[in-house]
Amino acid sequence: MGTSPQPGLSTTVKTEPDVTQSTPSTPAAPTGPKLRASNVDFFYGKFQALHNISIEFPENQITALIGPSGCGKSTFLRTLNRINDTIRGSRVTGEVVMDGTNILQVDVTELRRRVGMVFQRPNPFPKSIFDNIAYGVRINGLARRSEIAEVVERSLRRAALWDEVKDKLQKSAYALSGGQQQRLCIARALAVDPEVLLLDEPCSALDPIATSKIEELLLAIKDQCTLIIVTHNMQQAARVADLTGFFLLGKLIEFNKTDIIFKTPAKKETEDYITGRFG
Amino acid sequence: MLRLWRSSLNNVMLTLTGVCAVVTASALFLILGYLLWNGGKSLDWNFFTKLPLSPGDLGGGMANAIIGSAKIVALAALLGVPVGFISGVFLAEFSNKGMADFIRYTADLLNGVPSIVIGIFAWTIIVVPMRHFSAWAGGFALSLMVIPVTLRATEQFLTQVPLSLREGALALGASKWKSVATVVIPAARTGVLTGIILGVARVSGETAPLLFTALNNQFWSKGFNEPTASLPVMIYTHAISPYEDWHRQAWAAGLVLLGLVLVANIAARMVLARGAAAQRG
Amino acid sequence: MATVAQTVPVRARSFFRNLRAGDQIAYLITFLFAASVVLVTTVLVFELWQKSELSIQRFGFAFLRTTTWDPVNDEFGALPFIYGTIVTSVLGLAISVPLGVGAAIFLSELAPPKTSNTLTFLVELLAAVPSVIFGLLAIFALVPLMRLYVQPALIKAFGWSPFFKGPTYGVGVLTASIVLAVMMFPYIISISREALIQVPREQREAALALGATRWEATWDAVVPFARLGIVGSIFLSLARALGETMAVTMVIGNDPRISASILAPGYTIASVIANEFTEATGDMHLSALVELGLVLFLITIILNGLGQLLLIVTAKPGTAR
Repeated sequence: MGTSPQPGLSTTVKTEPDVTQSTPSTPAAPTGPKLRASNVDFFYGKFQALHNISIEFPENQITALIGPSGCGKSTFLRTLNRINDTIRGSRVTGEVVMDGTNILQVDVTELRRRVGMVFQRPNPFPKSIFDNIAYGVRINGLARRSEIAEVVERSLRRAALWDEVKDKLQKSAYALSGGQQQRLCIARALAVDPEVLLLDEPCSALDPIATSKIEELLLAIKDQCTLIIVTHNMQQAARVADLTGFFLLGKLIEFNKTDIIFKTPAKKETEDYITGRFG
Repeated sequence: MLRLWRSSLNNVMLTLTGVCAVVTASALFLILGYLLWNGGKSLDWNFFTKLPLSPGDLGGGMANAIIGSAKIVALAALLGVPVGFISGVFLAEFSNKGMADFIRYTADLLNGVPSIVIGIFAWTIIVVPMRHFSAWAGGFALSLMVIPVTLRATEQFLTQVPLSLREGALALGASKWKSVATVVIPAARTGVLTGIILGVARVSGETAPLLFTALNNQFWSKGFNEPTASLPVMIYTHAISPYEDWHRQAWAAGLVLLGLVLVANIAARMVLARGAAAQRG
Repeated sequence: MATVAQTVPVRARSFFRNLRAGDQIAYLITFLFAASVVLVTTVLVFELWQKSELSIQRFGFAFLRTTTWDPVNDEFGALPFIYGTIVTSVLGLAISVPLGVGAAIFLSELAPPKTSNTLTFLVELLAAVPSVIFGLLAIFALVPLMRLYVQPALIKAFGWSPFFKGPTYGVGVLTASIVLAVMMFPYIISISREALIQVPREQREAALALGATRWEATWDAVVPFARLGIVGSIFLSLARALGETMAVTMVIGNDPRISASILAPGYTIASVIANEFTEATGDMHLSALVELGLVLFLITIILNGLGQLLLIVTAKPGTAR
């Protein structure tokens, strides 16, 4: 289920997932997939970066996308909130369906509120901690002015950052450490109540302690949100993800429960990557 | 409702920025257009060959101003370019960081001096001791504006020459000054030359520093020791005069001046772009 | 001698030892040229100061406050010129900054690269146009426009306020400000555009990822990140505008009076120097004019310094704050 309506927040009505859709080989999912990509191709100008990707992301699960550098996993992630639209000359074909509609054809600003993103390097705005979190809430008109402080606190708690910043909400976001800034960005993304959260190698710029804090919080929020995380750290995928997809040269080679991918992969390429035969 | 407002605001503001870009870019076209229209009408052979006549007498020109400008600008370049260039070489090749910062700061200071104040200074240094106005004073004033531009361009492009090139020369046994003179400077020549051309083009259009140095002259000036006419000053005096005929002359002179300056600018930039592309290979 | 050698820093000693004769000469020659630049600048400041002595002794700081400018009786006060210089420049900025920053936003965020480069090139060429040409166009194209259409319209709409009173001369403070605004376009646009281009892509994407429209992402995330560079461009343009002589002189009306109305004629420091220097009646008059030049010089140094500082700070990565 998506988040149940919070008191005071103007809610967008959450449609029930279509129960007639069957979820084939992933028995852990309680309901139909939150997001389904079918035959997605992606082009940077003439270069084809993604070939015929079809994959289903179950609701309230964490799916990891792994693969060597340049394999297209980030590109694919970015098609899910269409942030690639800003790149000149880019083109996507195929279908990505969420709650019955093809997101490739809807109003993109509304899509991006429902499908949030956390980036590789922390990118807080040059504003205070408070204003960073409040930004998405304000522009989308999600709360009355008197309630914004509440929303900010709630988001910071979800991101396990509240205790560390509650006394310095008006300070610049840049006063925080790298790990804290990234949790800030997660809180900022959560503040608009997304149904899906995309994370593009969120820990690659962080130290191990900061990384484990973030992994903990991902596990904590997954029951409110569907999480899709791109990572080149296989141990991370093994630690947090329910499902894992392996990308290579723009194709989805294999997609299954994380255990299976790492212990008994079906494809040779997957096994080669897992065992470190190529980077 | 909010969605509609945000989307409309988005469209309106984005369009407005486009309007801003068009308005600002069109300023150049407006200027060119006016000059071509009004100046083109008045440009004739007389303009380039005859001296100015009294207002009301048709058929005059600004030949003395053209030659005068050429003399003054040439003098400014002769004085300013070597000083700026060699100083730039010092900054880029021989100086330590502290001195370089200080000299660069001073050059920036000089660059920021309002052109009228440059005129005052040149008047104090040259006109007063000589007790008359002259092309020397005008050339000196303009050279003060050429120096900082040349210095910056030289330093900038010399420091861009890659270390591998310098070390190649040194490894062959060249002394430092030889490697600089025969390898580094030639490698940077495109950029430095463009900087110089741009700087000289800029001073050729300056009026204020000439107002009380070279002053003006309705006739030919012999040598460099007399008050000398120049295009910018002529444009100024003719434009503020009450005579129709002199206004026409001002337009024509404006067209010639702007034409020269723009051609120099465009040519310099194209040369620079080609040089940069060649270096990227 | 031994003690002198010990006080010379070690690095300098080996530096000179490593130079061979040719290099030492080269060092000396280039050094002398560079030193001459410092020398001439120092002499410039010195001369300005020296030639203003007479006026400084006579009027002191009151020079900056007094409004009388009376060459006949040798009474000189700089206030009308300082006022005129500042008002025309600030008004020029008020016109130029919204247009310039708007254009910079368009060129950095919205325009396809080729269009952006072409338009930027055209705008930058504007910086090469000599001041006297702007003046030429101002006199013959802008002034009639102001006199016949703009000023009457402004009086009709805002004549009740003290800022829009008076006869429609055509020339005046507003006209000069408009000319200055056009002359400032290339600087504001070029530098602001550079600052905007340097904003990391992730800032814009962060805003978009939260559901912002393109304009919201640009205005709320990109522009604030670049604000130091944009403000730097404003300072630098202001410094240029203050020193602008010819174009302003040709359309400001040459009236050394302070008035609230921007339709009235005025006078700037640069203009009065340009107009009166060669006909100065006596040493005090001349000295007062030179002192005006000194004042102008000091103001521009400060503004240029601030502008450069801001631009240097923005060049360091991660210092949007």
